[in-house]
Amino acid sequence: MRKLIKLHNSERSIINDSWHYAEDNASAGSVIVSLTQWQSERDALIASGKKLGVKLAPADKVDSIAADVSKLSLIALEFGGLGEGRGYSQAHILRRRCAFTGELRAVGKVQRDQLFYMARCGFDAFELPESADLNVALTAFDDYTVAYQPGVDVSGLQLQRRATN
Amino acid sequence: MYKYDQIDKQLVSERVAQFRDQTQRFLNGELHEDDFRALRLRNGLYIQRYAPMLRVSIPYGLLSSDQLRAFARIAREYDKGFGHFTTRQNIQYNWPELAKVPDILELLASVEMHAIQTSGNCIRNVTSDHLAGVAKDEIEDPRPWCELVRQWATVHPEFAFLPRKFKIAITGAVADRAAVRVHDIGLILKHNDAGVLGFEVLVGGGLGRAPMIGQTIYDFVTPQDLLGCLEAILRVYNLEGRRDNIHKARIKFVVKSNGIDKFREMVDAEWVASKHYAPSLSDAEIARVKAFFTAPAYEALKDIDVVSGKGNDFRRWYQQNTRAHKVDGYRAVFLSLKSVKRPPGDITDSQLDSVADLADKYSFGEIRATHDQNLLFADVRQQDLFELWQKLSALDLATANIGTLTDMIACPGLDLCSLANARTYTVVDLINAKFEDLDYLYDLGEIQLKMSGCMNACGHHHVGHIGILGVDKHGEEWYQVTIGGAPNGKEADLGEVIGRSFKQEEIPDVLERLFRVYLELREGDERFVDTVRRTGIAPFKAGAYAQADQAA
Repeated sequence: MRKLIKLHNSERSIINDSWHYAEDNASAGSVIVSLTQWQSERDALIASGKKLGVKLAPADKVDSIAADVSKLSLIALEFGGLGEGRGYSQAHILRRRCAFTGELRAVGKVQRDQLFYMARCGFDAFELPESADLNVALTAFDDYTVAYQPGVDVSGLQLQRRATN
Repeated sequence: MYKYDQIDKQLVSERVAQFRDQTQRFLNGELHEDDFRALRLRNGLYIQRYAPMLRVSIPYGLLSSDQLRAFARIAREYDKGFGHFTTRQNIQYNWPELAKVPDILELLASVEMHAIQTSGNCIRNVTSDHLAGVAKDEIEDPRPWCELVRQWATVHPEFAFLPRKFKIAITGAVADRAAVRVHDIGLILKHNDAGVLGFEVLVGGGLGRAPMIGQTIYDFVTPQDLLGCLEAILRVYNLEGRRDNIHKARIKFVVKSNGIDKFREMVDAEWVASKHYAPSLSDAEIARVKAFFTAPAYEALKDIDVVSGKGNDFRRWYQQNTRAHKVDGYRAVFLSLKSVKRPPGDITDSQLDSVADLADKYSFGEIRATHDQNLLFADVRQQDLFELWQKLSALDLATANIGTLTDMIACPGLDLCSLANARTYTVVDLINAKFEDLDYLYDLGEIQLKMSGCMNACGHHHVGHIGILGVDKHGEEWYQVTIGGAPNGKEADLGEVIGRSFKQEEIPDVLERLFRVYLELREGDERFVDTVRRTGIAPFKAGAYAQADQAA
């Protein structure tokens, strides 16, 4: 079973993933579909009563699901590697503008050195490649204890920052 | 200048620890080379032809004497005894050992310095006017705003992995000495009609392979809205910038492909949507940072006649290398790093130590790095100028060539850089050898010669009055010449290529022929670049390609 890093308030834990991707197991009770599938089967998916998640690729527009976030329990944003940075802004928009409160999951080539930044942009779940040592990755959230900018802060990172900014 | 508080100190020391861990994981084989590359670049570390190159951030060019002494120590203990000041007011070391870079960063942290975001696809060092706070034409001191933007941009979680590098410059003076129109974002401090302070915001300028001049996206943004505006621009760029083609990834391509009006609409939409949660600068935070940039303890002095009774060498230096100061009895003094003995911008460890001592004695312990790869003492008493000149002369830092042809900008070129097509330093030497007559240089007046060893344009050749670009032709080094460019203010523009490229040894003669045309055609006291713009390049082109015997 796939393992995940999950943040909840100030708790960080390694948990078993209870979600399934539609291409692996379409009949699961908690299913993550692609944007294409969401757009073509939206009403049927909502009617199914399942817990629903949508996965966006880096080039997908957040606007395409902005009106539906209340129907979704999970949104997965894909990263193609260290250099791929669109997911950070997608996450920011989902949390702030769309007020999405479900699980925001980083998937794809997710690495230890991105985790701190991701958490500050509102991600609270992280699917790392199987080869990654999740216990080591957990320490990444302590890379910084201070910050200059306000963050999205659903992650429970307790950062000291300039109160006035 | 700005002093770190506990938050600043903590952040920088945590960055050192983070980088030490990343370096260790790379050296242990736990971190793949490609991944380490993306990470080390965000800490100013390149791997060059012969060794790593570490670029250290000098926020808006401002340094204390103790920071300069730390630079000297790094040059001595971790490099080959010198450092290289860059066109973006930073310093580079060309010979550090990878495993020791974390130690260098720790030393830097002890004097409130770092290498954060000096390279890589992120927001780089915020640059500004080297005469900030002392220039007579200043509307508002840009340094507090530079510091506020620096802090906002540092380890910004959303904008740490942009499509491409991102450069911001801020000017607060009429004469734009920060070249804001060739930056991804340029900010010009101004007062609106009601007398309220704010910023004109320019976007989409930049050099590199496809140079462009920035355009005004907002005519007036208040200080409170500044960070919200920057976030909106960066968010649009982060989402819309191309990531499939490194040569089309800068924000200028997003601006160009949409047009400035459409781009403004995109930013407007984002800005409006984010207005209630965007970061905003409180009056208290602005006041806190402004308090670091108060005037030093100037004495009540009168302007004096500095040159009477002094020799010609001092007079020349005074004329060329010092500038007016807004406070009576003071001058700003350039330390020329354009001696014939060293490449442009290079300085030795012992020079660094000596400059630090001189700064303590003559300029309130502060030093500035300029865009033209020189140093500056901003606040020197006029009565000390002669003594200071003698000391600078002994250090070979008083070449009286500021603003002249031999005050050249040049990137390191093929001698050190792995991207370069051609050498630059040999061309610098050839030009220095040909044009050693200072009176001839003064007659030519202000000429900004800028040289790059490849089309990435680190030497800013596009905006040189004369630009020289190294190109590779079938494995040989050739040089393309542009004229008529300019980096600053409303005259900022790109130069035009005069024609086929030249061999290295032809360059000095080509320049001489261009100057002959200029001296024939110039009207009144117009500068070389003014004449080129008035006449167009045709007469210069004809002159440059005239047969040697006709030109002789």
